[in-house]
Amino acid sequence: MAPRAPSSRPRRRYGDRVYRVALTALACLLPLVLLAVVGELSVSAWPALQRFGPAFLWSSTWDPVAEVYGAAPMIFGTLASSLIALVLAVPLALGVAIFLTEFAPAWMRQPVAFLVELLAAVPSVVYGLWGIFVLIPVLRTFVVPPLKAVLGWTPLFSGVFYGNSLLAGGIILAIMIVPYIAAVSREVLLAVPASQREAALGLGATRWEAVWTAVLPYGRAGVMGGIMLGLGRALGETMAVTMVIGNRHDIGLSVLQPAYTMAAAIANEFSEATTDTYLSALFAVGLVLFVITVMVNALARLLVWRVARGAAVGSKAI
Amino acid sequence: MMTPRSRRRLWSAVMTGLVAVLCLLAVLPLLLIFGDLVHKGATSIDWDFFVKSPVPAGETGGGVANAIVGTGIVVGLACLIGLPVGIGAGIYLAEYGSGRLGWTVRFVADVLNGTPSIVIGIFAWTWIVKPLGHFSALAGGAALAVLLVPMLARTTEEMVRLVPHSLREAALALGYSRWRTSLGVIVRTALGGIVTGSLVGIARVAGETAPLLFTALGNLNFSTSVTQPMQTLSLQIYVYATGPFDEWHRMAWAAALVLMGLVLILAIAARRATRERYASR
Repeated sequence: MAPRAPSSRPRRRYGDRVYRVALTALACLLPLVLLAVVGELSVSAWPALQRFGPAFLWSSTWDPVAEVYGAAPMIFGTLASSLIALVLAVPLALGVAIFLTEFAPAWMRQPVAFLVELLAAVPSVVYGLWGIFVLIPVLRTFVVPPLKAVLGWTPLFSGVFYGNSLLAGGIILAIMIVPYIAAVSREVLLAVPASQREAALGLGATRWEAVWTAVLPYGRAGVMGGIMLGLGRALGETMAVTMVIGNRHDIGLSVLQPAYTMAAAIANEFSEATTDTYLSALFAVGLVLFVITVMVNALARLLVWRVARGAAVGSKAI
Repeated sequence: MMTPRSRRRLWSAVMTGLVAVLCLLAVLPLLLIFGDLVHKGATSIDWDFFVKSPVPAGETGGGVANAIVGTGIVVGLACLIGLPVGIGAGIYLAEYGSGRLGWTVRFVADVLNGTPSIVIGIFAWTWIVKPLGHFSALAGGAALAVLLVPMLARTTEEMVRLVPHSLREAALALGYSRWRTSLGVIVRTALGGIVTGSLVGIARVAGETAPLLFTALGNLNFSTSVTQPMQTLSLQIYVYATGPFDEWHRMAWAAALVLMGLVLILAIAARRATRERYASR
């Protein structure tokens, strides 16, 4: 201890060190939790993966009695319902983002943006409830009959509609992911420099042409990132889908037929899994779901980052 | 006959109208859901609904007092575990997070944020429910905390970073130590934003069901023991909505209205906290 140092300095340094160590310890908990999640999923899924090999991914038999498990129908259902959700949600979300950043009167922007954000605050189970008692009856009476009359000859709309179906799941998912895609797209479009618009308008473009030719291409990567983020949400969404998709281990082309998703299978069957292999197979499903969502999210972050980096020049927030 | 110029103008007007309609279509489900919740739920809400526990299937009456209290306890446990960790990690990221560890924690927070909540549910089951041998509110709270932490870490970081650098310099120049500057000046200035972030996060986990299916499990009776299975509003809605009885469906709508009201109050409180923060600047 240097004798000439002010008396409080050593204690201060000690306090600084304790503060830093404490914060670092808390921060380190996050990687530890992730490691624990990945480790636990892998260890618990291992017996099933070892027994069924890679065929687990493309085998479509799921028979708890014979102890044979293949996840293909759920992987198919997860991807198909998310795809339907994207097809429906992307135009809506882009509509929101474009309208609110480019065309809406100023007084309208904040309230409407808040309403769209509220869609993300509605609990999943409430969406499910609404899906069962409002959406499905509406689909049955008003949407599916005309759809079948016009497109019933295609395999996509064949078969009898009982209510719980890929279509219902996809629509619910679409409503749920609109706020995520819209929020990211809106931020990206807001970050497009005003000079982009002004240049296009100055060259004689109409307002729409300015948006279409100058603003959207500039933010394309960010918008794609927002869409991927929405996809990530759709893939992992559990309750609402479980309640309306029908939960049947089948691969069918028709969107009017029941299907299954990975998350729904875990939610439904985890507490019924009586044998070790059954439980392990469900963990394997969880592992596959986890890996897919992590990959989709990583890609999304990368895309959003690329745009946000460009916009970050002069912005203190990033 | 239209000139090319007027055709382009017309096209612009048509597309403007189209995006406006799309925007309206995106908001429409929210209005429909709120409308249905009030329409189908409000008539079933009376005093008994808040103070009584469910009656056996087939009978009418009863309430969801156990689920309301249970939601409070499970979410409270999640806050108890999640708030210190999430906010602490967020402060770390803002204050010391420029190195490799900071990058890792930030990346991990994003990965955890995107992890399906059902996966967190089965994780909590293997780590807490299985070793203890029974389902418990504590396991449910822990599962929700895992969802809460990454959200809080990122919003806290953002809020702390917004504090102007001059404040830190002023405090350090006055002879404050680093930790007192950080806690007493920087974090305190960002507190409004941190509260907002916390409220948004709490609103999000309060409506979660999937992570609670195999942890808190649900409970038909009134229970306040954190080591026992516990009912929450979300679990109750799931059971009632997928059950066969009309009476249950009626209760599901009412419980959903209560849950939605709870989440809305938190969301609006969060918005107010932010507005005051900006107004005070």
